[in-house]
Amino acid sequence: MTSKEKLEMEKMVVVEGSYAVAHAVKVCRPNVISAYPITPQTHIVEGLSQFMADGEIPNCEYINVESEFSALSALVGSSAVGARCYSATTSQGLELMHEVLFNVSGMRLPIVMTVVNRAVSAPINIWNDQQDSISQRDTGWIQLYAENLQEAADMIAQAYKIAEDKEVLLPAMVCMDGFILSHVYEPVILLEQELTDKYLPPYEPLYKLDPKKPMTFGALADPNYYTEFRYLQQKAMENALKKIESAANEFYEIFGRYYGGLIDEYQTEDADIILMAMGSIAGTIKDTIDNLRQNGVKVGLLKVRAFRPFPAEAIRKTIKDAKVVVVLDKNISLGLNEGALFTETKSCLYNTKNRVPVVGYMIGHGGRDIRMCTIEKIISEAQEIMKSGIKIESQFTDVREELI
Amino acid sequence: MKEIRIHGRGGQGSVTAAELLAVAAFADGKFSQAFPAFGVERRGAPVQAFTRISDTPIRLRSQIYEPDYVIVQDPTLIEAVDVAGGLKDDGMIIINSDFDPSKFSLNTKAKVVTVNATKIALDVIGRPIVNTVLLGAFAGATGKIRPESIKKAVKERFPGKVGERNAEAIQQAYNMMKEAKV
Repeated sequence: MTSKEKLEMEKMVVVEGSYAVAHAVKVCRPNVISAYPITPQTHIVEGLSQFMADGEIPNCEYINVESEFSALSALVGSSAVGARCYSATTSQGLELMHEVLFNVSGMRLPIVMTVVNRAVSAPINIWNDQQDSISQRDTGWIQLYAENLQEAADMIAQAYKIAEDKEVLLPAMVCMDGFILSHVYEPVILLEQELTDKYLPPYEPLYKLDPKKPMTFGALADPNYYTEFRYLQQKAMENALKKIESAANEFYEIFGRYYGGLIDEYQTEDADIILMAMGSIAGTIKDTIDNLRQNGVKVGLLKVRAFRPFPAEAIRKTIKDAKVVVVLDKNISLGLNEGALFTETKSCLYNTKNRVPVVGYMIGHGGRDIRMCTIEKIISEAQEIMKSGIKIESQFTDVREELI
Repeated sequence: MKEIRIHGRGGQGSVTAAELLAVAAFADGKFSQAFPAFGVERRGAPVQAFTRISDTPIRLRSQIYEPDYVIVQDPTLIEAVDVAGGLKDDGMIIINSDFDPSKFSLNTKAKVVTVNATKIALDVIGRPIVNTVLLGAFAGATGKIRPESIKKAVKERFPGKVGERNAEAIQQAYNMMKEAKV
């Protein structure tokens, strides 16, 4: 154990992932929380309700609502008057918010929301994949994906920092894998109030609803104006690219923890095979990489932390010397037979000179467990691609043929 | 890394036991991870919970297929669930039962240990809740965790008399395993 690890262990407590997130929200000093409970997000809002009942979140209103649609709608008004706002949801709850998601981004309201990633119905399934948040890709929200509890908690503070930046002013989803992270207990350093205050100053809106200075949010923009709103949202996303990096760097300066900015790399430097993935699967991949490296397999991981804005430049740079790139997606675009990260990774290479083979695997749908042996099998198939080229470009993983 | 799988029935506190084990292992200076077999829990239905204990930070997120140790809270589960499934040959399975280990024909080369946790729980705690008692037995039989750390974790989770009684039951189960030189 390194001395840094020892020092960190002294500050750690073993808590459930949902508690670590609720605690992180608390120390970010939100002014309004509104959420509707839904598995596996429930423990987060239970934790926040407990904090509220115990009077531990000053200057905060918890608005009980009858649906996710109302939860986010309540935050639209709250954020517009300048409140720091938080919500959490998952799966069908997130899909029910769909219409409001566009409004939040279009009105440039820096709401932060945890998405506890879960599969979508039908058939009903409460377990993890990332179809829910990926389906909200084009709503204009920043999307960050956490690998472990520490990152899921720390990302809350980082998300506010990024979202509330005056050059960004966009909402942010912090995505964490349902059950796999929300219901796991592991050692975490709970965000210290003092350090969080230093990292995250109070939200100062550029514009807000104020009876003394009346203005309108989300007014009609006719064909003369609508394009420019869209253009400016895109510019804000582009600004977020560097703000995500700087938010991670500033976080490191204050808290001493860093997991990458837009992306993180693990053993990529000399890697022939680079795997790409988002979320908790990164941990299992890292252990698999360590095992295979002992046998001389040059394999590495590019962990995508920010899916929106899409870190095209960082990805291109990291995979420039790889011989095969393998993208793992916990989602599928039905009718294309590809996961979103795979499609976009290929797309960001098309007009470049890099002709590295890129293949996709869709994995872990509806909570199907992702084992190291599955990752090993995928990597051995990548070794075959290095020798004889791509045979299957994109495919499902672990399909039970006997059920079809 | 040591991997532990706990079998029980919904309502027996298997998930709580896995969590307490993780808290105790961390108090011992180890990294730990605890999680349930993510199901739709129903009282009485077979459930599983898992704990990993390691000297280095734990990154692996899959379920546990080849545990070093298995804890069985209810022996009637053995008819319904392959409790010894994947258990390592040099591992151990601890069953809550007043029978001799030889009465169980399990498909494993691992050591089989029984402890009458229900009796200890009824005598000391006054309720047939065996999860914490079995953690005491685990500490005594495996030596992989300090009983003080388990007692501390239990007392923090259940303050007051409940915690005190559980701690006493944990100590009894620990002593029993130590005396039996398991």
